[in-house]
Amino acid sequence: MILTIASKELKLLFVSPLAWTFLALIQLMLTWVFLGQLDAFLELQSQLMQIANPPGATEVIIVPVFAVASLVLLVATPLLTMRLMAEEWRNHTMTLLISAPISLTAIVVGKFLGLMIFFLLAMLLAVLLSLSLLIGGTMDLGLLLSNMIGLSLLAACFISIGLYISSLTSHPAIAAVGTLGILLALWIADVVATNTSSVIQNFSLLRHYESFNRGLIDSFSLAFLVLFILTFLILTIRRLDGKRLHG
Amino acid sequence: MLVNDIPNVTISACNLSRNFGKHTAVHQVDLELRRGEVLGLLGPNGAGKSTTMQMLTGNLAPTSGSVQICGIDLLKHPQQAKCYIGYLPENPPLYKELTVDEYLRFAARLHHVNLSRIDSVLTEVKQRCGLNDIGKRLINTLSKGYQQRVGIAQAIIHQPEVIILDEPSIGLDPNQIREIRILIRELGKASSVILSTHILPEVEGVCDRVQIMNQGTMVFSAALAELKQKNLNLERIFEQFTLRNGHTGN
Repeated sequence: MILTIASKELKLLFVSPLAWTFLALIQLMLTWVFLGQLDAFLELQSQLMQIANPPGATEVIIVPVFAVASLVLLVATPLLTMRLMAEEWRNHTMTLLISAPISLTAIVVGKFLGLMIFFLLAMLLAVLLSLSLLIGGTMDLGLLLSNMIGLSLLAACFISIGLYISSLTSHPAIAAVGTLGILLALWIADVVATNTSSVIQNFSLLRHYESFNRGLIDSFSLAFLVLFILTFLILTIRRLDGKRLHG
Repeated sequence: MLVNDIPNVTISACNLSRNFGKHTAVHQVDLELRRGEVLGLLGPNGAGKSTTMQMLTGNLAPTSGSVQICGIDLLKHPQQAKCYIGYLPENPPLYKELTVDEYLRFAARLHHVNLSRIDSVLTEVKQRCGLNDIGKRLINTLSKGYQQRVGIAQAIIHQPEVIILDEPSIGLDPNQIREIRILIRELGKASSVILSTHILPEVEGVCDRVQIMNQGTMVFSAALAELKQKNLNLERIFEQFTLRNGHTGN
């Protein structure tokens, strides 16, 4: 059932030009950064050779690519999540899902999964781009893997919060603005907290992502991100149930 | 569960009430429906017909009371009970970006129709609702009448025991209305149907029983055959039961 919902979400995404535009745009941005960094790396290569333990191609080229990918994701997610729930309320199609013999959990997880598959597809493009470096040399595949894990977790966090905000309103535009606002707030959370040991810093999603970006799979970050995803998925399910109970 | 195991009473709702804040939309409504029966739910706008239907389909939780679908408690075992229900809400729940075929296929999958049976089910339901030639069209491009038919097709695609139609003939032209009435009568043979409407001749044409709601309560219930026997006019009864309370309300 979850897969039925997920495939429906994917179908609805791909019949709209938004998804294709997004894929094209993210690819354009990443390739731009990729080529820029590649150029810089080739120029600096001779100087880098003289340092002991120099940064490799993966560190110089791929890490910035994934850092940019996270920012593109932050801006694009609200546009993709806004219609997930809000449009179902607006077009009264939620009735079809609620009247069907499936659980609320299946509806929410299905929607989450649908968009997640889409983001993984976008990430696949970035990974293929990175792997093209193998043609000309060797790569730190471990670093790439850590970046992939980090980016998928970050995308999942963005989707789950977008999904929840979208379930609060029947206006997709409001859902988009709300999600963008919260994502930006979570992003700058660590800028606001001047004290490095401040609790607020822990809420900065990008800060957690940074450790993955550097190649560090931190179990605290891992746990935080997974709990973050679960929290908002559960809140969305509760919201659906509340709509049934309170009208 | 085998078809034979399903009891003859398909819907029984007891003491159904629903409040929205201080406002009582539905107050202690009882409803019972047998297999092979078509029930017409009448009432002026805002009488609580749609709210009642939303409660019968699990879209809205009742403040008090219980609903049993084919002997299964809707509130305790919603997923099992919902297997037996087909529901066309006031606004047909259509994904306008999909084609008719894609949409109906999705609706069938949602109701656990087997993948191997989906094609035959799809052909049959399109045949019944007169959607044969427009399977490949986008729902968005269809006229209101056709969209309504897709909505009905969605409600009956899994051959449910209970079919609940909220104003099914809205937006249809006279020919389509006649076709839909024939369809409803046909559906009423194998399963039970509840339909709400404002068109009194429609009730006289297709229903076995009629119930009238006003201001959230059930004010009248009778078999149509009985009315005919006593030579009573449905329109007069409707006026009598809904206007009177309307005046006291003012």
